[in-house]
Amino acid sequence: MNTVLAVAVSFDRRTPESVGWTSRATRDNTHDRGMTAIDVHNLRKTYGAHAAVDDLDVTIEDGEVFALLGPNGAGKTTTIEILTGHRRRDRGRVQVLGQDPERAGLDWRVQIGVVLQEVHDAGQLTVAEVVRHYARYYPSPYQPDEVIARVGLSDSAELRLLALSGGQRRRLDVALGIVGRPRLLFLDEPTTGFDPEARRQFWEIIRALRGDTTVLLTTHYLDEAEALADRVGVITAGRLVAVGSPAELGGRADAPAEVRWLDGGTPRAATTSDPSGAVAELSRRFGGPVPGLVVTRPSLEDIYLDLIGDVTS
Amino acid sequence: MTTAVATASASIAVTRPPSALRIGLSRGVLELRMFFRERDAVVFMFALPPTLLALLGSIFTESFQGTGVTASQVFTASMIAGGIASTTFVSLGIWIAAERDNGTLRRLRSVPMPPLSYLMGKIVLVVVTSAAEVAVLLTVGVVLFDLQLPATAERWFTFGWVFVLTTISFSLLGIAVSNLARSARSAPAVVNLPFLVLEFISGVFIIPITELPGLLLSVGSLFPLKWAAQGFRSVFLPDSMTVHEVAGAWEHGRIALVLGAWCLGGLLLCLKTFRWRGRRDS
Repeated sequence: MNTVLAVAVSFDRRTPESVGWTSRATRDNTHDRGMTAIDVHNLRKTYGAHAAVDDLDVTIEDGEVFALLGPNGAGKTTTIEILTGHRRRDRGRVQVLGQDPERAGLDWRVQIGVVLQEVHDAGQLTVAEVVRHYARYYPSPYQPDEVIARVGLSDSAELRLLALSGGQRRRLDVALGIVGRPRLLFLDEPTTGFDPEARRQFWEIIRALRGDTTVLLTTHYLDEAEALADRVGVITAGRLVAVGSPAELGGRADAPAEVRWLDGGTPRAATTSDPSGAVAELSRRFGGPVPGLVVTRPSLEDIYLDLIGDVTS
Repeated sequence: MTTAVATASASIAVTRPPSALRIGLSRGVLELRMFFRERDAVVFMFALPPTLLALLGSIFTESFQGTGVTASQVFTASMIAGGIASTTFVSLGIWIAAERDNGTLRRLRSVPMPPLSYLMGKIVLVVVTSAAEVAVLLTVGVVLFDLQLPATAERWFTFGWVFVLTTISFSLLGIAVSNLARSARSAPAVVNLPFLVLEFISGVFIIPITELPGLLLSVGSLFPLKWAAQGFRSVFLPDSMTVHEVAGAWEHGRIALVLGAWCLGGLLLCLKTFRWRGRRDS
């Protein structure tokens, strides 16, 4: 109980309901709205002759949850590594929270949280020890026990990291990514290898950060991008080929629809950007109900496969 | 546990980032905790130098004429330098290569940790482990080979500065050598080969050191281990033993100079070569 108190005391402007987890959005709405968290222009990174990131442009606003969606090898991890200052770029302008990650110092690191792939450190330490330790790097961290509870590891707090399952380990990674109260959180393929149940639980953790923290996550799961992101950027072969809300991505809202019907028992189909007009026309022709009428819009998956197919083929 | 909670909640009120010193001490505690929980690694790493000392020391039984000093006592003194090199150079070389491989360093690179704090954590670790190693080696020397611990403050003072300079120079070289290993798996081989060669050409296993062929001796004299071993011999052996040193004297000034230069060189080498990422993912 006193852990909750400690957090409550530290946030003067918070309402009791928002203790600990929501409030940066509420608090900062007045001056943070519309500010740019990440601004990338003409970003390029090559390994030998292979361009891992090829003239990438993207802008992410403060408070947004942005998903970088793409197949394996599309350049997602390289992009994250460049944005977090782990890798040098060959070319381009990159601003993250107003600074260039290649030159940014510790005051910048204090404001970001990073969850990278494939970290298997500190196997002999317990969850609680590690989270408490990482809290000490920051000037105003969240309460470690609160963070552990938030990622659902309270029952495993005294377990050594070696004893954790893959999913638990990933939750710990997130705990370490958020314990410093970041303004901006990077998550590199956070749920790869999870079973569906674990992924859904994980999504809840990320959703709870919404408003408090700007999130850039990479994923190759379409449903993950759709479930979590305000906007999705589709990346393939190092290029951003489409950006938009999940509903509008790739012109999904007004993409050509397919109209199918039966003409004297024979299946007919037409692709049209005006399905309403096509159906009206058919009704007139049949002088009433159209036999076997079906109108389909492309699914997000169709759009996505189309987008990445354009570039890879 | 109480302190951990108290520190965390106290720091919420402060907006300034924690100091490098505070983070460094916190890292030191963590390093020690991780180290001593790796039980097998710890037991074997600590046990190797004393085991070598006990075995080889029992073989070198002759004594030096007119001094009453036995070869095993000389070996004990030299082996203290070897033991420190093992808890610093070998241990850090392998350990940091593993940290680079398993992502520890990438994670630390992601948090607002001053690089100096990382170094401080390692220093806390190696000072504790090296002191423990020296205590074990001295115990073997005293119990098995009748080694006399020095009685004068002056000799303990010499012990102090030789210990500090040896620990620092070999730690920095260990951090530097960790960069040579391509993976955690190859690190033990990559680190142990130069270490064993160095022990031989520095006269740790060859008693007295003047028995070494001139060429090996010249090469060995370029590296810090020869000087560290000489320093510890000057602490634990009577001055009559200087006749079995290369220069016929303990050469304290030169020992301080060479070890000091290696501290500086090691630091520059670390600053120049340290990598936060493994080769496989760069």
